[in-house]
Amino acid sequence: MTDIADTAGVAPPIVRPRQLSPEAAQARIRRRYRAERRFKAIGLLAVLTALGLLALLLSTIVAQGYSAFMQTNIQLDIFFDPATIDPDGARDRQELARADYTELIQDALAKAFPTVEERRERRALRGLISSGAPFQLRDMVLDDPGIISTTQPVWLLADDDVDQFWKGFIGRDVPEDARRIKDQQIQWIDALASAGRIDLKFNKWLFTNGDSREPELAGIWGAVVGSFYMLLVTLALSVPLGVGAAIFLEEFAPKNARWVDLIEVNINNLAAVPSIVFGLLGLAVFLNLVGLPRSAPLVGGLTLTLMTLPIMVVATRAALRGVPPSIREAALGIGASRIQTVAHHVLPLALPGIMTGTIIGMAHALGETAPLLMIGMVAFIVDIPDGPLSPSTALPVQIFLWADSPERAFTERTAAAIMILLGFLIVMNAAAVFLRQRFQIRW
Amino acid sequence: MVTRNVSLWYGEKQALFEVSLDVAERQVTALIGPSGCGKSTFLRCLNRMNDVIEGVRIEGEIRLDGEDVYDRSVDVVQLRARVGMVFQKPNPFPKSIYENVAYGPRIHGLAAGKADMDDVVEASLRGAGLFEEVKDRLEAPGNSLSGGQQQRLCIARAIAVSPEVILMDEPCSALDPIATAHIEELIDELRRNFTIVIVTHNMQQAARVSQSTAFFHLGKLIEYDDTDRIFTNPKESMTQDYITGRFG
Repeated sequence: MTDIADTAGVAPPIVRPRQLSPEAAQARIRRRYRAERRFKAIGLLAVLTALGLLALLLSTIVAQGYSAFMQTNIQLDIFFDPATIDPDGARDRQELARADYTELIQDALAKAFPTVEERRERRALRGLISSGAPFQLRDMVLDDPGIISTTQPVWLLADDDVDQFWKGFIGRDVPEDARRIKDQQIQWIDALASAGRIDLKFNKWLFTNGDSREPELAGIWGAVVGSFYMLLVTLALSVPLGVGAAIFLEEFAPKNARWVDLIEVNINNLAAVPSIVFGLLGLAVFLNLVGLPRSAPLVGGLTLTLMTLPIMVVATRAALRGVPPSIREAALGIGASRIQTVAHHVLPLALPGIMTGTIIGMAHALGETAPLLMIGMVAFIVDIPDGPLSPSTALPVQIFLWADSPERAFTERTAAAIMILLGFLIVMNAAAVFLRQRFQIRW
Repeated sequence: MVTRNVSLWYGEKQALFEVSLDVAERQVTALIGPSGCGKSTFLRCLNRMNDVIEGVRIEGEIRLDGEDVYDRSVDVVQLRARVGMVFQKPNPFPKSIYENVAYGPRIHGLAAGKADMDDVVEASLRGAGLFEEVKDRLEAPGNSLSGGQQQRLCIARAIAVSPEVILMDEPCSALDPIATAHIEELIDELRRNFTIVIVTHNMQQAARVSQSTAFFHLGKLIEYDDTDRIFTNPKESMTQDYITGRFG
C-alpha cells in the first residue's frame, strides 16, 4: 500500500517470528494439559459434592419420615350397645352422632383385660387407645346403622406413646420414670401382640385430618387446603399483573426513557427484598389498613403475589424476547395494530415460556414461610378451611409448627410432611420441564 | 406514490439524503445499489415500517394518492393495509396456510362470513400461484412448505388485503433459482393489478422484472429512469460503473 509506494524499491525489513526451543514447547504443552485436567477435576468435584449433599439431605429426611406413614392400631371387639348409643331405637342420625362411644371402648377393654380393677390402672388401660378412636366408631355407625347390637372386631387408632413404643423409638431398657409409657402398659401391649391384636396400618389420617394436639390424629390436610387456596389467590393475581407488566415493558414502553429504566430496576429489586419484609407489609397494609381477616389465605396470597411478581415479569420478558422479530414485522406489515400483533402472534408463541415461569413462581410461593409469620398463618388451626377467607395455615408453616412440638411422634411427622412438600415441589417442577419440552416451537 | 426530499436519520447518523422519486402506478419499480446504500431503508419509509425502530427521524414528503403518509391524521394500520410488504426471509405465521392468508382480511373486516373468507383465501392463493399446490392441505402449518412456497404464501397474505402497492424487500435472495423464477413470473402477473416496488441485490433480476429502476449509493438517489435506459445507456458515470461491476 502507501508504505511500499513511498520507499520506492527498498524492501521492508523481514521480521522473523520468535520460536521456542522444542523442550520449552513441550513443557508448555504439558503444563496446559495439566491445567485442563485440574480444571475438569475441580468441576467434577464440585458437582459430586453438590449431589452428595443433596443425597444426604434427602436420605436423612426419608429415613426420619418414612415411619410416619404407618400407624399403630389395636384391634378390639366392640359391642355396639344400643342402650348406650341409641336408647330409644329411633336410629336418628343426630342422636347417633352425639352419642358417647367412649363407653363402648371402655367396655371392650374391660372385657379384653378382665383383671384390671383399680381406677388408676383402668385409666392407664384407656390411655392405650387414642382419644380420637370414639370418632372412628361414630363414623362406622353413621355409615351403617345396621351394626348396632352387633359385635365387630375394629382396628382402633392407638395413642401416640404406644405408637412410638411399638415402632421402637422408645426402648424397653429406658428407666420407667424417663418415659411416658409405663411398664404395666408394656405388659398389656405384649399381651395384645401375642394375640395378634396390635399392628401397623397405613396412616391415612396423616392425609385426611387437620392439625391436632394429639400426634396420632394430626394430619396435613388442613395445611394442604390452606396452601391450595393461597396459591389460587397468588395465581389469580400474579399472572395478570406480571404478564401485563412484562408485555408493557417489552412491547410498548419506549426503550430509552429514564422512567422505564426506573421501573425495570425497581421490579428487579423486588426480588432482592427479604421475604419477611413482605410479611410486615402484609400486616401493615392488608390486615391493619384494609382490615382483611387474619390468617386468611387471601392475605397470604396477596403477600405472596408481591414476592412472585418479579419472577413472573422476568420469565415473561424472556419468553417475549424469544419470539423472533420477523413475526412481529410480518404482522405489522399486514396492517395489524400493536395490540393485535402482541395478542394474536407474540403472546401465543411466548406462552410455553410464560407457563414455565408461572409454575416455577408457584413452586416458590408454595415453599415460603417467613412472610406468612406476620399475617397470622402461623397458628394452630384445627378445622379444614372452606374458602380463601377462613383462617388457615400453610404446609411449610405446618412443618414449622410440628417441628416445634414436644411429643416424640411429631419428629417423624415433621419429616413426613417435608417429604410430602418436596413431593409437591418435584411434581410442579417436573410439570414445568415437561411443558417446556412439549410446547417448544422450533423455528 | 410520490416522494420529495426524503431524508432519514438513525439517531445522529444520516442514512438517506433528500431522495425524490415518483413510483408509477401498476408498474414494477426496482431499487438497486451496493450494500448499505439505503434502498431497504427507503422502502420501509413507504409503509412507515421505520416507525418501529427507536431513534429514527424522517424529513420530507411521502404521498400516497396525494395524501401525506406521515400526516398526523393518517392511521398507520390502514396505511399498511394499502401498502403491503413482503420480506427478505419468508416469515409465515406459525398457523395454518388458511389462517395465514385469512388473518389480514379478518382484522380489517374485509370478509363477510366463512364462505366469503374462503373465497378471499382462494383468490389470494391463486393470485400468488400457490392454490393448486396447497388446495388439499389448507390446514397444514405454514412452515411445512418449501422456501419458495413460503414466500408465495407471504405474497398471498399481502395481496389478501387488496393493497394498492406491494413493497418487496429482496424477496428472492433466500430462494433457489427455480423458486426465484416462479416469483419473478408472479411479479410480472401481479403488476397488472398492483403497483410493485422491489429492492434487489441482483441487477439481472432488476433488468428482467422492472419497468423503472432507481440506483442508490450511500443514501443518495443517483439516477432514476426506465430500466432499458439505465442498463444500456445510463446518464451518470457511477451508475455505469456499478452496472458494469466496477464496484459494489
